[in-house]
Amino acid sequence: MSIKIEHISKSFEDVTALKDISFEVNEGELFGLIGPDGAGKTTLFRILTTLLIADNGSATVAGYDAVNNYKDIRNHVGYMPGRFSLYQDLTVEENLEFFATIFGTTIEENYDLIKDIYVQIEPFKKRRAGKLSGGMKQKLALSCALIHKPKVLFLDEPTTGVDPVSRKEFWEMLKRLQQKGITILVSTPYMDEAALCDRIALIQDGKILEIDTPQEIVKHYPKKIYDIKADKMYELILSLNTYEHNHSVYPFGEFVHYTDQRDDFNPTELIQFLEDKGLENISIQPTEVTIEDTFMELAR
Amino acid sequence: MKRFIGFIKKEFYHIFRDRRSLFILFGMPIAQIMLFGFAITNEINNVDIAILDKSKDATTKEIVNKISSSKYFSNREAIENEAEIASVFKKGKIKAILIFENDFNKKLIKEQRATIQIITDATDPNTANTISNFINSILQKYQQEINKDIKIVYQIIPQTQMAYNAELKSVFMFVPGVMTIILMLVSAMMTSISITKEKELGTMEILLVSPIRPFQVIIGKVFPYIFLSVINAIVIIVLSIFIFKMPVRGSLFLLGAESILFIINALSLGILISTISETQQTAMMISLMGLMLPVILLSGFIFPIASMPLPLQVISNVIPAKWFIIILKGIMLKGIGITLVWKETLILLGMTVFFIALSIKKYKIRLE
Repeated sequence: MSIKIEHISKSFEDVTALKDISFEVNEGELFGLIGPDGAGKTTLFRILTTLLIADNGSATVAGYDAVNNYKDIRNHVGYMPGRFSLYQDLTVEENLEFFATIFGTTIEENYDLIKDIYVQIEPFKKRRAGKLSGGMKQKLALSCALIHKPKVLFLDEPTTGVDPVSRKEFWEMLKRLQQKGITILVSTPYMDEAALCDRIALIQDGKILEIDTPQEIVKHYPKKIYDIKADKMYELILSLNTYEHNHSVYPFGEFVHYTDQRDDFNPTELIQFLEDKGLENISIQPTEVTIEDTFMELAR
Repeated sequence: MKRFIGFIKKEFYHIFRDRRSLFILFGMPIAQIMLFGFAITNEINNVDIAILDKSKDATTKEIVNKISSSKYFSNREAIENEAEIASVFKKGKIKAILIFENDFNKKLIKEQRATIQIITDATDPNTANTISNFINSILQKYQQEINKDIKIVYQIIPQTQMAYNAELKSVFMFVPGVMTIILMLVSAMMTSISITKEKELGTMEILLVSPIRPFQVIIGKVFPYIFLSVINAIVIIVLSIFIFKMPVRGSLFLLGAESILFIINALSLGILISTISETQQTAMMISLMGLMLPVILLSGFIFPIASMPLPLQVISNVIPAKWFIIILKGIMLKGIGITLVWKETLILLGMTVFFIALSIKKYKIRLE
C-alpha cells in the first residue's frame, strides 16, 4: 500500500476542511482526487506531504507515518503545489539543478526519468522560469518534482490554467511515469481528466462521495440521461425546472442534461410540454453517463 | 555539504539578479556615509557673523580681526544699530552677532572693564552653543594676551582639552552610528525579506517537502548576508579612514571580530522577524519600525543616552546597537582593547544567542 489514509479530519478556525476521510492508494496506481474548488483537496495533499497535521486520524505514505516519520516522507516524495512555486528569477536549468542538489542527486543521474518532459523545455533552458508560458511552467515544475526519483508523486491541480493541448500532453506524461512504478496522487477540478485515472475519489465539502474506477463509477449511475437542445437555452432550463416529473436539470456543454423521476419516461410527452412553453427546434436524445453526471448526482 | 553550497549559490543568484536589493546592499551604505560625513554636520566652519561696533576703536578692531581670521568665523556684515539685529537674523545667513558697547577702549582702560554682547541664532541650539563657546574662548585668549604684563594675584585658568576628537569633528560620531545602522539594515531587513519571500512565493512549501532541513535553509539564507555585510563594513571603514580621516586607534582585528558579532546578532534578529511575518511587506515594516527607529533614536548615536528620561535609558539597554556603538567608539577613537569592552561584547553575544534560540524555537517545520 503506497498511501493509506484513515479517518482524517481537519478544521481551520471556522471551516471544516476534511471530515473523516479514509482511502488507500495502491503501489503504482494513478489515483485521482476529483472535486470542485474548496472541496478540501489541497488540505489533504498538505497533510500527506507532512505540511499540516490532521486533527484526527492517521496517514502513511510509502510506509512512513505522516506525523512521526515526516523526515522520511520528505525524502521520498515529489510534490507539486497548486500554485507555481519555482524560483522565477532562476533559469529553467538553474531551477532543475537546484532541486537536484538539495535532494542530493544530479540531473544526469535521473535524466531518463524526466527526459520525455525535459526535452520539451530544454530549448528554453537559459530562460528565467518567470518568463515561461503556463504549460512550460508545469513541465518544469513536474521535472523538478521528479528529479530525485520519488516513490510517490503528489500533484495538486497540475493542469489548472493550462491550455487543452498541454493538458493532454501532461496526462500522457503521467501515464508514462506510472509505468516506471511511481505512485501518483493527482487532484483536478476537471471531470474529463478523471476518466484517465486508474481509480478516482469524488470529494466535496471535505467528504468523499465515492471511490472506484471511472468505469464503475459511471455504471453506478441510477438513471438514464438525455441530452436536450432547443433554440433558447435559458428558457429551456427554466421550463424544464417547472416540469413536474424532472429529477435533475443542468447545462452540459451545448446541451442540457436531463433525468426523469419515472422509469418509463416518454420523450414525446416532454417535447409537447416544451412546445407549449413556446420553445422551438427541440431535440431529446439519450446519452452516455459521464463522471460529471455522477458527481452532480452524488452532490445533490 | 553539496546541498548547502547549492543553496548558497541560489541565494547569490537571487541577490545579484535583483537590482533593488543590490542597491540597498551597496549603494545605500556609500550614500549614507557620504551624506552624514559631508552634509549632516554640526561642526563650526566659516560661520557667518555680523558686527555691531558702537565704538570703532583700535581694540574692537583687533578683536574683530582675531575672530574673523580664525577658520571658524567670517565677518560678513557690519550693522549700525540694534534695530537691524532682528532683520539680519531673519534672513537666516548670519548665525551670530557681536555687539561692542560705546567707548569700548576707553572703558577698558579707565574702568578696567568693557562688555561685548554675543547674540546667537538658537533655532539650532547645538550650533548656537558651540558658536558662543568658540567666541568665548577666542575672547579669553585675547584677554590673556593683553594682561600678560600685569600681575594678577589670584587667577584660575581653565584649560579645556577635547580628548579623542580635539576638533569636535562630527564625522567621528557619525561613522560608528552609520556603520551600525547599515549593518543592522542590511543584515536584519535583507534576511527577513529573503526568507519571507520564499513563504510568499510558495517555494518554502517545496523546500519543506524536501530533505533539506530548516536550519540548513536558514544558515543558507544567512551566510551570503554575513559575507556581504562584512564587505559593507570594510567599505565603510575604508571610506571613513581615507575620506574623513577617521582614526582607528585600536586593533583592526578586534574591530572586525566585533563587527562580525554584531552582524550575526542583526541576522538572528532578521530570522526572528521572518518567523513572525508572512509577507515581505510585513517583514520590511517590522524591520524598519522595530529596528531602524530604535537604532537611530535610542542607541546614543544622535541623542546622548545620559540625557534621556530614565524609562528610555532603561529601554536603550536592550538595543544591541547601543552596545555596538560603545564598542566601535572605544576601539576606533580611544584605541582600547577587549579588556575594556568585554562587558559590552558579552552582552551582544548573549543577545545573539537568545535571538538564535528564540528563532529556532519559533521556526516552523510545517505550514502552521
